[in-house]
Amino acid sequence: MFRIVKAEFLAPEIKRFEILAPKIAAKRKAGQFVIVRISAKGERIPLTIADSSIDRGTITIIVQGIGKTTKEINTLQTDDFFLDVVGPLGLPSHIEKFGTAVSIGGGVGTAIAFPTAKALKDAGNHTISIIGGKTKEHVILEDEMNEICDEVYVTTDDGSYGYHGFVTGQLQELIDSGRKIDFVLAIGPIPMMNAVAEVTRKYGIKTVVSLNPVMVDGTGMCGGCRAVVGGKTVFVCVDGPEFDAHEVDFRLLMKRNNTYRNEEHDALERHICSLDKMYAEALKEEI
Amino acid sequence: MAELSNKERMKIPRQPMPEQNPFERNRNFLEVNLGFTEELARLEAERCIQCPKPKCVEGCPVGVQIKDFIKLVAEGDYLGAAAKIKEDNVLPAVCGRVCPQEQQCEAACVTGVKGEPVAIGRLERFVADYERATVGIRTVEVKPPTGKKVAIIGSGPSGLSCAGELVQKGHSVTVFEALHELGGVLVYGIPEFRLPKEIVRAEVEALEKLGVEFRTNSVIGFTDTIDELMTVEGYDAVFIGVGAGLPYFMNIPGENHNGVYSANEFLTRVNLMKAYKFPEYDTPVFDVRGKNVAVFGGGNTAMDAVRTAKRLGAATASIVYRRSEVEMPARVEEVHHAKAEGIQFVMLTNPLEFLGDDAGWLHGVKLQKMELGEPDASGRRRPVPVEGSEYVMPIDMAVIAIGNGSNPIIQKTTPELQFNKWGNIIVEPETMKTSKKGVFAGGDIVTGGATVILAMGAGRKAARAIDDFLLGEG
Ligand SMILES: Cc1cc2nc3c(=O)[nH]c(=O)nc-3n(C[C@H](O)[C@H](O)[C@H](O)COP(=O)(O)OP(=O)(O)OC[C@H]3O[C@@H](n4cnc5c(N)ncnc54)[C@H](O)[C@@H]3O)c2cc1C
Ligand SMILES: Cc1cc2nc3c(=O)[nH]c(=O)nc-3n(C[C@H](O)[C@H](O)[C@H](O)COP(=O)(O)OP(=O)(O)OC[C@H]3O[C@@H](n4cnc5c(N)ncnc54)[C@H](O)[C@@H]3O)c2cc1C
Ligand code: SF4
Ligand code: SF4
Ligand code: FES
Repeated sequence: MFRIVKAEFLAPEIKRFEILAPKIAAKRKAGQFVIVRISAKGERIPLTIADSSIDRGTITIIVQGIGKTTKEINTLQTDDFFLDVVGPLGLPSHIEKFGTAVSIGGGVGTAIAFPTAKALKDAGNHTISIIGGKTKEHVILEDEMNEICDEVYVTTDDGSYGYHGFVTGQLQELIDSGRKIDFVLAIGPIPMMNAVAEVTRKYGIKTVVSLNPVMVDGTGMCGGCRAVVGGKTVFVCVDGPEFDAHEVDFRLLMKRNNTYRNEEHDALERHICSLDKMYAEALKEEI
Repeated sequence: MAELSNKERMKIPRQPMPEQNPFERNRNFLEVNLGFTEELARLEAERCIQCPKPKCVEGCPVGVQIKDFIKLVAEGDYLGAAAKIKEDNVLPAVCGRVCPQEQQCEAACVTGVKGEPVAIGRLERFVADYERATVGIRTVEVKPPTGKKVAIIGSGPSGLSCAGELVQKGHSVTVFEALHELGGVLVYGIPEFRLPKEIVRAEVEALEKLGVEFRTNSVIGFTDTIDELMTVEGYDAVFIGVGAGLPYFMNIPGENHNGVYSANEFLTRVNLMKAYKFPEYDTPVFDVRGKNVAVFGGGNTAMDAVRTAKRLGAATASIVYRRSEVEMPARVEEVHHAKAEGIQFVMLTNPLEFLGDDAGWLHGVKLQKMELGEPDASGRRRPVPVEGSEYVMPIDMAVIAIGNGSNPIIQKTTPELQFNKWGNIIVEPETMKTSKKGVFAGGDIVTGGATVILAMGAGRKAARAIDDFLLGEG
C-alpha cells in the first residue's frame, strides 16, 4: 500500500498526487514511469513520475481523468492509498547538452515533459517550454516550468490565454523568428506529437516523443505495448517510452490505442452511474 | 482386504478422471478435472505392482518416490503419502495437475507396456488435495536462524521451491516479484480451469508461515539491481528464477493489427487481471463473443489460449499448427480436452500474413499448407510449404503462442552474468552457480521454456548449493 501524502487538482480533471514510495523516489530518473493499481479489481496503468523528493521519500504523479481508472484515481485524496505502485520502469530520458532545447507539452503531457525539461536544464541547455491547453484553466505547471526553464510560452486552443492556437504554431513562430533550436521534446496527444514531428522534420531538428500505448505488465512480458519505430517493432515499456519522433509510426499507435474503445466506454458509463449513485446516497445522508 | 496378485492388479482398469461435461465447461472457468474420490484413488493405487526396481521413479525429473507413496495411498494413509511425495516435490497439487506425465513418470511405468500405466499424476493430485482439504498444507521444522540472507528473484515454481528449501535451513529468505501477484506462470499463464489460483495461493501462504518474506511490485534490475541487493541490502546470495517471459512474434506482415495478441498478453489479461470477469474487474480483453479466433502454436500455451478463447464465447476457436498433431508439444490430456470442448485443429498450416481493415482491425489471416519433409535437428520432421496452397481464413482475433525467449532486464543490468545466445543464463549444471559469485539461477531462465517440475527441481538443487555456499563462507 502506498499512501498519498498530498493530492490537489491543477486543472479540471487533472490532479497531482504526492505518494510515499521512498525506494522509487531514490531511484527514478527523468523519463521513467510507474505502473499503478488502486484496487484488487483494478487495472494496471502507467503514469510518468513527474517529480520526486528523496527527503520526503515521495514521488509525484499527475493524472488526467480520461477513462474509468484515471477518473477513479482522481477521486482519491490525501491519506488514501494506491494498492500497487511499481517502478521506476522504462529507460530514462537521454539527456545531453544539445544547446537550445524546447520541451513541448500538450495537456497532461506537460507533466510528463516536466522532469525531462528539468534534466535538460541541469545539463546546461538553454531550455524553452511550450505549454498547450484547451483553455486557460487547462494550462498546467506554468509556475513550475517558469522555475526551471529559461523561457516559457503558453498556447490555448481558444486563445483565452497566451498564444491563440496549437503548440505547433508557437514552435513554428520560434523557428521563423530565426531561433536556432537543437532539440525538441514533444509529449501529448498522438496527433499533437505527430504534428510537431512534421514541423521539425523539415528543419532536421532532433525530436523525441514519449509514447503512450496501452500497457499491462510494463516489464516486456506481454508485448501489448508494441509500436513500430523505424520500421521495427519495439516494446515501448522496456525499449522506451521515448523514441525518435521522425521514426515513429503514429498512425499505428493511434489505431492500437483504440483497441478497447468499446469496453472502455462501457466501463466508464458504469463507473459514472455508480458515482451518481454514491453522490445521491451521500446527499440523502446529509438530509 | 486380501492381498491381490500382480495379475489381478493388472486387470483393474485405469480409473478415469471425473471431469466437467465438455459442453458445460467450455462456457465456464471452473476446473475441468474434478479429482479422484477416495474410492477411485484406492482402486487406482491397487493397480501398482510395486516393482522391485521402479522405472516410474526414473521417469520423474525429481525422482518422487512414486512406488512408496502409492503404497501408502493403497493403505489409506493419504497424509503419509503426501509427506512422502514432498520429500522430493514441494508442489504436488500443482505437478499432479500440470506435469506431462505421459512423457515422464507414467511413460516409464511398467504396467504401461501391455496396458495402461498407473495414473501417477492423478494420485499425486489426490493426496495433495486431500492434505490441503483436511489438515491444510503441513509445514516442516525450520532450523534455527543462520543469520544469512538470501534474495530470490521471481515467484514462479523455481523461486518458490528454492525459497521453501532455504527457509527450512534457517536462512532468512526474501522473494522479489515483478507483478502484484505471486506464482509466476502458475498465476498469469496457466488458466484457472486447469490450475485453480487458490492452490497456488495456499502454497504461497504455507511458505509465508515458514517465514519467507514476499515483496511484490519489485522488478529487479529496475527497483534494485542484483548488485544493490548484495551490497546495499546485504543479501549474501541471490537466486534468479525469472522465467522465460519474452513473447516471440512471427515477424509477418500485419502482426500489429488490433486483435493480434501474444499468448502472454491474452492469458495475463484473462488470468492475472481477470478480464473474464470484465466489467466486474477493470481490465478488458478483446470481446470474442460470436467471433472467430485462431491460436498459432502447438504447445500447452496454445491449448490454454484457445480453450480460454472458447470459454470467452468465441464462435470458433482453432489451433493452427505448422506440423502435424503427433509433433505437438502440448500435454496429451489437454489436446483431448480441447477436442472435446469443440476446438478445431488446423494442422500442417502456417500463417503468412494477418489481414486488417483501414482502422487497423484484424479480419483474416493468409495461410499456407505444409507437408512433412526430412527430420530436422530436433528429430521432428520438418514442415515444408506446399506451393500454391495459400488461402484466407476469416478471423477476428489471433493469439501467437510460438514460445517465449528470455526477458533482457536482468541481462542488461547485471553485466557479470554470462548468457548464451538465446539470452539464457549459463550455470554449472550440478550447482546452478552462475559466473557471478553468490548468484545462482534456475528454471526457464536457464533452460528456456520447459516445465513446472523441471523449474522446481532446479530451484531445489540451487537451494542446496546456496546452503553449502553460505555455510562454507562461515
Ligand atoms: C509510459 C506512459 C506514461 C504515462 N504517463 C501519464 C501521466 O503521467 N499522466 C496521465 O494522466 N496519463 C499518463 N499516461 C496515460 C495513462 O496511462 C492512460 O490515460 C490511462 O491508462 C487510461 O486509463 P483509463 O482507464 O482511465 O482510460 P481508458 O478507459 O483506458 O481510456 C480512455 C480513452 O483513452 C484512450 N487511451 C487508452 N489508453 C491510453 C493511453 N495509454 N494513453 C492515452 N490514451 C489512452 C482510449 O483510446 C480511450 O479513448 C501514460 C501512459 C504511458 C504509456
Ligand atoms: C500458458 C502456459 C502453460 C504452461 N503449461 C504447462 C504445463 O501444463 N505443464 C508444465 O509442466 N509446464 C507448463 N508450462 C511451463 C511452466 O509454466 C514453466 O516452465 C515454469 O513456470 C517455469 O518456472 P520458473 O520458476 O522458471 O518461471 P516463471 O513461472 O516464469 O516465473 C518467473 C517469475 O519471475 C518474475 N520476474 C521476471 N523478471 C523479474 C524481475 N526482473 N524481477 C522480479 N521478478 C521477475 C515473473 O513475473 C514471474 O512471476 C506452461 C507455460 C505457460 C506460459
Ligand atoms: S512430479 Fe510430475 S513427473 Fe514426478 S511423479 Fe509427480 S506427476 Fe510424475
Ligand atoms: S513402475 Fe508403475 S507399477 Fe511399477 S512401481 Fe512404478 S507406478 Fe508402480
Ligand atoms: S506492457 Fe507488457 S510488454 Fe510492455
